[in-house]
Amino acid sequence: MMEQLAKVWQEVLNLRGFDYGLPSDVSTHGFAIDNLILTLHYFMALLFVGWGLYLVYCLVRFRERDGHEADVAPQHFSLPKYLEIGVVIFEACLLVFFSYPVWAKLKTDFPDRESSLVVRITAEQFAWNIHYPGRDGKFGKTNIDLIDGTNPVGLDREDPNAKDDIVSINQFNVPVGKPVIVELGAKDVIHGFFLPNARVKHDAIPGMVFPLWFETKETGKFEIACAQLCGVGHYRMKGYFNVFTQEEYDNWLLEEENALKEGA
Amino acid sequence: MSHHEMPFWKKYIFSTDHKVIGLQYGITATFFLLFGFFLMILMRWQLAYPGIEIPLIGKALTDTGALTPELYNALGAMHGTIMIFLGVVPMGVGAFGNYLVPLQVGACDMAFPKLNMMSYWVYFVGGVIMMMSFLMPGGAAASGWTSYPPLSVISNNAQTVWLVAMVFLITSSLLGSVNTIVTAIQLRAKGLNFMRWPIHVWAQVTTAFLLLLAFPPLEGAAVLQLADRLFGSSFFLPSGLVVSGEKLAVAGGGNPLLWQHLFWFLAHPEVYVLILPAVGIVSEIVTTNCRKPLYGYKTMVYSILFLGFMSFVVWAHHMFMTGMGVTLSSFFQATTMIISIPSVIILTTILLTLWGASIRFTVPMLFAMAFLPMFAIGGLTGLPLGLTASDIHLHDTYYVIGHFHYVVAPGTLFALMGGVYYWYPKFSGREMNEFLGKLHFWVSFVAINFVFMPMFLMGSKGVSRRMYDQTQYSHGAATQSWNVVMSTAAFVLLLAQIPFIWNMFTAWKTGKKVQNDNPWEATTLEWAASSPPPHENFPTPVEVYRNPYTYSATTRKVLPQFIPQEG
Amino acid sequence: MAVHIPYIDKPNPVTGVTNAKLGVWLFLASEVMLFGALFSALITLRLGVSDWPHGYDVLNVPLATLNTVVLIFSSVTVVMAWASLKMHNLKQFKTYMSLTLLMSFIFLGIKAVEYGTKFSHGISPATSNFYAIYFVITGLHGLHILGGIIVNAYLLGPGSHMWKSEPERFTGRIECAGLYWHFVDLVWIFLFPILYLL
Repeated sequence: MMEQLAKVWQEVLNLRGFDYGLPSDVSTHGFAIDNLILTLHYFMALLFVGWGLYLVYCLVRFRERDGHEADVAPQHFSLPKYLEIGVVIFEACLLVFFSYPVWAKLKTDFPDRESSLVVRITAEQFAWNIHYPGRDGKFGKTNIDLIDGTNPVGLDREDPNAKDDIVSINQFNVPVGKPVIVELGAKDVIHGFFLPNARVKHDAIPGMVFPLWFETKETGKFEIACAQLCGVGHYRMKGYFNVFTQEEYDNWLLEEENALKEGA
Repeated sequence: MSHHEMPFWKKYIFSTDHKVIGLQYGITATFFLLFGFFLMILMRWQLAYPGIEIPLIGKALTDTGALTPELYNALGAMHGTIMIFLGVVPMGVGAFGNYLVPLQVGACDMAFPKLNMMSYWVYFVGGVIMMMSFLMPGGAAASGWTSYPPLSVISNNAQTVWLVAMVFLITSSLLGSVNTIVTAIQLRAKGLNFMRWPIHVWAQVTTAFLLLLAFPPLEGAAVLQLADRLFGSSFFLPSGLVVSGEKLAVAGGGNPLLWQHLFWFLAHPEVYVLILPAVGIVSEIVTTNCRKPLYGYKTMVYSILFLGFMSFVVWAHHMFMTGMGVTLSSFFQATTMIISIPSVIILTTILLTLWGASIRFTVPMLFAMAFLPMFAIGGLTGLPLGLTASDIHLHDTYYVIGHFHYVVAPGTLFALMGGVYYWYPKFSGREMNEFLGKLHFWVSFVAINFVFMPMFLMGSKGVSRRMYDQTQYSHGAATQSWNVVMSTAAFVLLLAQIPFIWNMFTAWKTGKKVQNDNPWEATTLEWAASSPPPHENFPTPVEVYRNPYTYSATTRKVLPQFIPQEG
Repeated sequence: MAVHIPYIDKPNPVTGVTNAKLGVWLFLASEVMLFGALFSALITLRLGVSDWPHGYDVLNVPLATLNTVVLIFSSVTVVMAWASLKMHNLKQFKTYMSLTLLMSFIFLGIKAVEYGTKFSHGISPATSNFYAIYFVITGLHGLHILGGIIVNAYLLGPGSHMWKSEPERFTGRIECAGLYWHFVDLVWIFLFPILYLL
């Protein structure tokens, strides 16, 4: 019901097909975020233009000039009070109908792990390591003592679950239409995992693992950006975020598996 | 022993006179503001023309003449630190608070003059230490003004210098705020009850309370980070850190978010420390130049107090992206929306004062009038950042940079500049040149909007903040042309400050002398003293007869607080 | 050129306090925030790990208990010092103030023994976050004691000349120093169970 209403509201906002300067969005939840951003900016513009017109009117009409004197009698206006109450009610509505539901959905309404793609993303200075569990759907053991240049997440290949695990650096590939659960962590400092085109952002904090989820609705090639200052290479900590068709994704997976077998 | 002839060093260097100390704060802060601005000009060159040699001075900075990413990060961290802790706060609280609060409550000096001198010198030493960090091998602190660990803990030695300097600056602020509060409460002139305080005094006292209660946690946090850096503890370092492929040899078990909580517990009230003195200054300028009473004095006072109180319970809205759950985020979103209400009321109150006024377009009034829409933009753009859902996209992008710069630069700094023009006759007995003032205003006003407005567009596109070269990303490359516009405008803005600085220093000796002690026909107590005020401000104790901002209903003439009766 | 500032010896009739007393209360409020922040850091760190040791297993509780008694006793003597001035007995004041100072030195001495034992066992802030926060909080508290010693020693020595010229103002100073001293004791009263007994 809420979602239906939000979709209708989106139609209203997008009536003339503007993108309002926001990047394209391939996620299924992004419309709710965009709706809120746009609604807020209409509200802000309304308030600002209202205040602005009033200010300019006052500056012209009440300028100091011959034959004009200030009215020093005590004044009382009721209109601002009602406007203020209006603003309060509007802000409460934004909280309750726009912001809380999106956050609650993203934080608590996780998709079923069985039917989702689960990946671990470990940020480091200055790269994104994406750890896929492989066909068995189980992550192999990792150990920080095993971390070296060729094994950025310290995967223990001895572990049976690790045999088919794929670790990709800066290439985050997902099949379109399938929910993705990301377990986000970091090795050294705080990074900011940001997919501008999927309306996903979360800090990657060492010592902690945060689960996030999203689902895509269109294919395309995009970027992963780092949002949090993480050192000298912060500006070039770029990854690639590719939303593949299921077929493209399967092919990529197969390639990686073959490469793994050859390496072994 | 002669009481009249004091040696120069005692009268102007180690003075205990609040007016001299106020001017010392003002001059030092002006220097730091210009220096911080200059750092930003270097960064803006890099942003507009990535990797290209900086004209004239580039070769003196680096081998290639272009900024390196290391230097860029250091300049970024130092720009933020200098502007906030060495520039705007000492200007708003140190200079205006020190000079005006005793005068506006009719006191002969601050309650603790020696302590006052000490706070200035502790600030000065803190500033010098902060500057020294540029000389450290490896450059100045480069972990942002927020100094988030673990990055700050594992970064170069300049971070230690940064922390030590912060401890000094915090101590200075604590001493200063005790002094301000005691002065405003204890040394009030006869008849000046609390509800007769000028808004500026209310704003300064609230600010002092924020500094007093919010700064110590940051001091504690700085001590903890120093321990991490110097004694090898792991307060902010979790177990299992691997830096550049090497395991970090620390005990671990710490929590990086602990720093963020302690930091933002200060740094959010700090935002109001930056704004409230500006609000106070603007209120004074507006009522004087409107020739009518302030609309809703009591509403304004309660809003300022409420704002101060609420600023302690919104800090975690800076941390929505750090794994915050539903309950906590709901709480902090709600408090954030609530804190917007007193801000709107304050703005509305000042706007309503204009109705029915007779507005004098003096230079200070121009700055005050520009403050209103600029502060409104800054405040309004806080809404999308205060709601978690929209914050997901906008957090840590240029949108945030645009938001807080609108609050602090064309907001607070414009108000402070207006304050300088407004009280200059009080400081010196002379007026600043009006033509230069208007030139300064109009060029700054246009330029500053071209600097900050494009940031909202870039932020909406998703361009992250603190980027040495945003063209690395496709969405950054697409908006790169804006950077050229912004950098050009920033340079124009720098040039626009030349007439201001020139005006400020030359008018001291050559400006037009004021005709009387109350040239603007204002109502508050500082205008009862002569301009400039003598050593003990008021040769005979002043008495307060009425509320501030009073005008006679019959003659429509101004009725200052210090004049016994109409006539 | 001395400025005549009102309410340095007699309280402001409206607010009922002298400038210095109000100033000290405000200063103590900020101190509460400082130690409050450190205690919340302690709680956060403790909740974040599973192997937080019990203070009574690794710290010297008998010595700390002795220190608690010493500090409480010094709180009493500092009040007695102030009360002596109220009764215009400077000699008695000096006795009680000297006792307070003696207690503070005993406290620091015991603290030094405690630290020394830890260091000789190779324990430092780098050992674990328990020791790190233990050293930071007790160290900062120790610095506060040291600050109190400097103030009290000044008031006992050269500062006491003020008794002859401005007795009321001097009594006010002792009261302010006493307030500060009580606060430092109070911090210990919180610190002792949290670090040593829990």
